[in-house]
Order: sequence, then C-alpha cells, then structure tokens
Amino acid sequence: MSFEIDGKVFEVDEDGFIVEPDLWNEAVAAYLAKTEEVEELTEDHWKVVNYLRNYYFEYGIAPMVRKLCKDTGYPLKDIYELFPSGPAKGACKIAGLPKPTGCV
Amino acid sequence: MSDKKRPMLDELKKGPWPSFVKQMEKQAETSEMAEDALNLLEQSYNDKVVHWKHGGIVGVRGYGGGVIGRYCDMPEEFPNVKEFHTFRVNQPAGWFYTSDALRSLADVWEKHGSGLTNFHGATGDVVLLGAPTEHLQSCFDDLSANGWDLGGSGSDLRTPSCCVGPARCSSACFDTLDLCHNLTNQFQNELHRPMWPYKFKIKISGCANDCVSSIARADMSIIGTWRDVIGIDQDAVKDYAANGLEIQELVVDKCPTDACTFDAEQMTFNVDDENCVRCMHCINKMPKALQIGKDRGATILLGGKATLVQSAFLSWVIVPFMKLEKEDDYVELKDLLDKMWEWWDENGKVRERIGELIYRKGMRTFLKEVGLKPQPQMVKHPRANPYFFWWPEELAKEKGEGDALGEAAAGKEIKNG
Repeated sequence: MSFEIDGKVFEVDEDGFIVEPDLWNEAVAAYLAKTEEVEELTEDHWKVVNYLRNYYFEYGIAPMVRKLCKDTGYPLKDIYELFPSGPAKGACKIAGLPKPTGCV
Repeated sequence: MSDKKRPMLDELKKGPWPSFVKQMEKQAETSEMAEDALNLLEQSYNDKVVHWKHGGIVGVRGYGGGVIGRYCDMPEEFPNVKEFHTFRVNQPAGWFYTSDALRSLADVWEKHGSGLTNFHGATGDVVLLGAPTEHLQSCFDDLSANGWDLGGSGSDLRTPSCCVGPARCSSACFDTLDLCHNLTNQFQNELHRPMWPYKFKIKISGCANDCVSSIARADMSIIGTWRDVIGIDQDAVKDYAANGLEIQELVVDKCPTDACTFDAEQMTFNVDDENCVRCMHCINKMPKALQIGKDRGATILLGGKATLVQSAFLSWVIVPFMKLEKEDDYVELKDLLDKMWEWWDENGKVRERIGELIYRKGMRTFLKEVGLKPQPQMVKHPRANPYFFWWPEELAKEKGEGDALGEAAAGKEIKNG
C-alpha cells in the first residue's frame, strides 16, 4: 500500500503508518491527518506532533501517555478531541513515527 | 463450505468432547471468513508456524482500546482473513443476558464480521472474532445503537467482571453485580483510553470461593468476607449427620485453621470465629446449616498477574476488611483506586504491573504513598531481612528535637564532639 504527494510515493503498512519515518514532511502529516479524521492540523495539533517527533528522535521510542500529557499540557481528554483515534493510532501516525507496540 | 481437505483439523473433531473445529465448520457453511480461518489454521499446523502477524493498531472513533488488530501473513492465499480484527464487548455484570440482547449481538456480528464469537474471554468480555478494517466503525456504531459498549484492551483498565453474586448465590457478602456495574460506569475514561504503564484488571467475587478466580487473574481482587460469626442452624446440622455426612472427616478435619469442632454425641457443630479465616469450606459442605456472617464486606487484595516482567503472582491482602455499601457509592474503594493508579502511573515502567512495582519499590513505600497503615493480614510470609528501615520523619519524631540521631535522620549535619 502507498500514497503519492507531489510525485513522491510513500509506502504505508496495513495500519496506514508510513514505512520510512525519515521521509516524513508536513504535507505527509496533512495527508495522514485526513485518514485519522483530523480535517485540519491546527496549532494544537502541531504542538503534539512536534513533541512526539522530538521525543522520538531523542529517545528512539514514543513517550508513555502520561509523559505526553504532562509535557504538552494537554489532558488525555483533549488529546482525544484533537486526535479522535487516540494518541497511538492517531497522533503517532500523523507524526510519522513507527507503529507503537504498546506505549502511547 | 468448500471441499478443501483439513486432515489436521479433522483430528480435533474425534472423540466425545466438544470441538471448536466442529463449531467453526458450522459457521463456515455461511461465512467465508470462518472457512478461511479454518484453512489458515490447517496451514499453521502443517507449517508449525502461527500465521497471524504480531501487532496491529486499529480502533474506532474516540476509543483507544476495545478493538485488537489482527492480520494474516498469507493474504493472497487466504484473502477472507486478510484482516481479522477482534472486538471486545463489555459483558453485563455476572453475564446475565436476555435472549433478545444476545440476538441483537449476533445480528450485528453476522452483518459486519465472521459471525465467530467467544463467550467469554479471560477478562470477561464477549469476544467477536474476525472483522475487516472497513467494517470496524460501522460495526461499533451498530453495537452502540443496540446498547453495547466496547471493553478494555491495551494499557487501560480492563473490563471489570464479577461472580453471579446475590442474583443466584446465598454466600454473596455484598452486591457484586452492583459494584461491578458502578465501577464500570465510574471509570469509563480509564476503560476506553489507555493511559497507564500496562493493563489493570479488577475482578469481584462475593465470597472466598472466588468463582471468578480473582486472586490469580486480577491486579485488584475484591473478595467478600464478614467480621462477625458464622450462622449455625444446629437442627440442620443434625439433619446432615443423620443423612450420612461425615462431618468430622469432611468438614472439621479439613478446616485450614482447626477452627471448627463437631460433638458427635450431641450432634452439634461449633466454630471458633476468632480463628476462622472465612475460607468457606464448612459452609460449602453444609450450606443448609451454615451461613455467612451478618457484618459483611470484602477483603481487597492486590497484585495478581500472569508471568511477564516477573513471575506469576497471586494477589495479597491490602485492606483486610472494607464495607461495600451501595448507599456510600463505594467511595472508599474508589479513592483507594485513584491513589494507587496515581502512584503506579507516576512510577511504573513500561509493561510493569502494579504488583511488580510494589515488589520493586517495596511494600513500605507503597503503603506510605497510598496512605494505608501496615497490618498483620498483609504479611505473606515471615521476613528474611532482619533490618527495619524507618522513615526519617518517624525517627525524628521518636527521638525528639535536639537529638543528634533525630537531626541526622531529618537530614541535618551532625557536629562531632
């Protein structure tokens, strides 16, 4: 499975996570957001997405949910309002992280 | 059903006992998904390899759990089970259904999935096996429209479950059904939105017979007990004796704390309630003569789990006795849960259950953090470590102000001489 933006092809796995996180860019995020019922990425969305990416590049894994909420200042309820499919399936996918295996 | 031969699975149909292969074949008469699920299993037995892939993240709107992703690693050969996701559906307390409710569930499931079910999974949920990705949201919407909700999965509060309790059992020390329903409603956020280091299970049994095996299968086991005395109907005891029950041999000699006696001449049965541990054995043997006490509540235990970070644990006592009254809305229990979850969530490592965290940090730390006093009932076995570690503030209080030891314990510098 794959999708195309500006002539560039991005492979995704069966759950829709991009296979090569290094190829991620903001246009990819906007495309993936629509697959997770996020019509438009607002400032709040970007705050979470950028936090996840920075954490991932520093530690090599996605943060635990408690850490995500504490560091971004969004209670879990707000995270679900921003990303209706939740932090793991929604936010991590849009942030281009590899598929979480049980943390976020 | 296709003519495909499945010699390996045929072996599992032999013999007089029930067979899941027979049941799945029945469903395969009308479901191609069930047919391919059987074919894939035959393939797995031949290859000696599981053909379900590890992991998979699927879900429905607003929920972080309740649907478990399942993909087959041979999608070309078995196209009908390419996507075969699992729904967990929150069961009613005590598993009491009307036939209408079960029909609504079956109808939704035949419309959207394979029609294969598992009543019930180990956590207690109804398990619906095999839904394609594109049907997940619509299946959930139909379940919801019929009054069903999803259960827990992943690092969240798993669906609480309880024994049949007062609905069918005279030994229920509190209303297990009401408590289960109440906790499920109270903790919807925790149930549907994974937020913790790992799973947390609550199981509720009305007495020490522990019909839901809470002590082995739940992080928090709530087990009914009483504080006063066992009720004894001596006439009924005489009836048991007259009808040939070997009371001395089968009841008295089997009491784990030697707390009961039987006078064979007078045909009277007595219990030393101070030394009785409320194990239920004598009541089970003579239910018409013996009754649970009247001052009823529950023992709260913690830590039960299967092997992962550490070995399997049985839950151990955290609160020896707690009243569980509907009128109080179980506020004491809920407060305790909130405190424990806060401590565990703050300190737990990934995939560390609360019992494992208590082992890592120590009971004294746990008790201090959640505000419980140590009690003899918490002791699992005599300790091997001869040292006792005081908290600095305890030492300071003990020794008083101005005392060198007390000051040291409180973190002040000691001046020599």
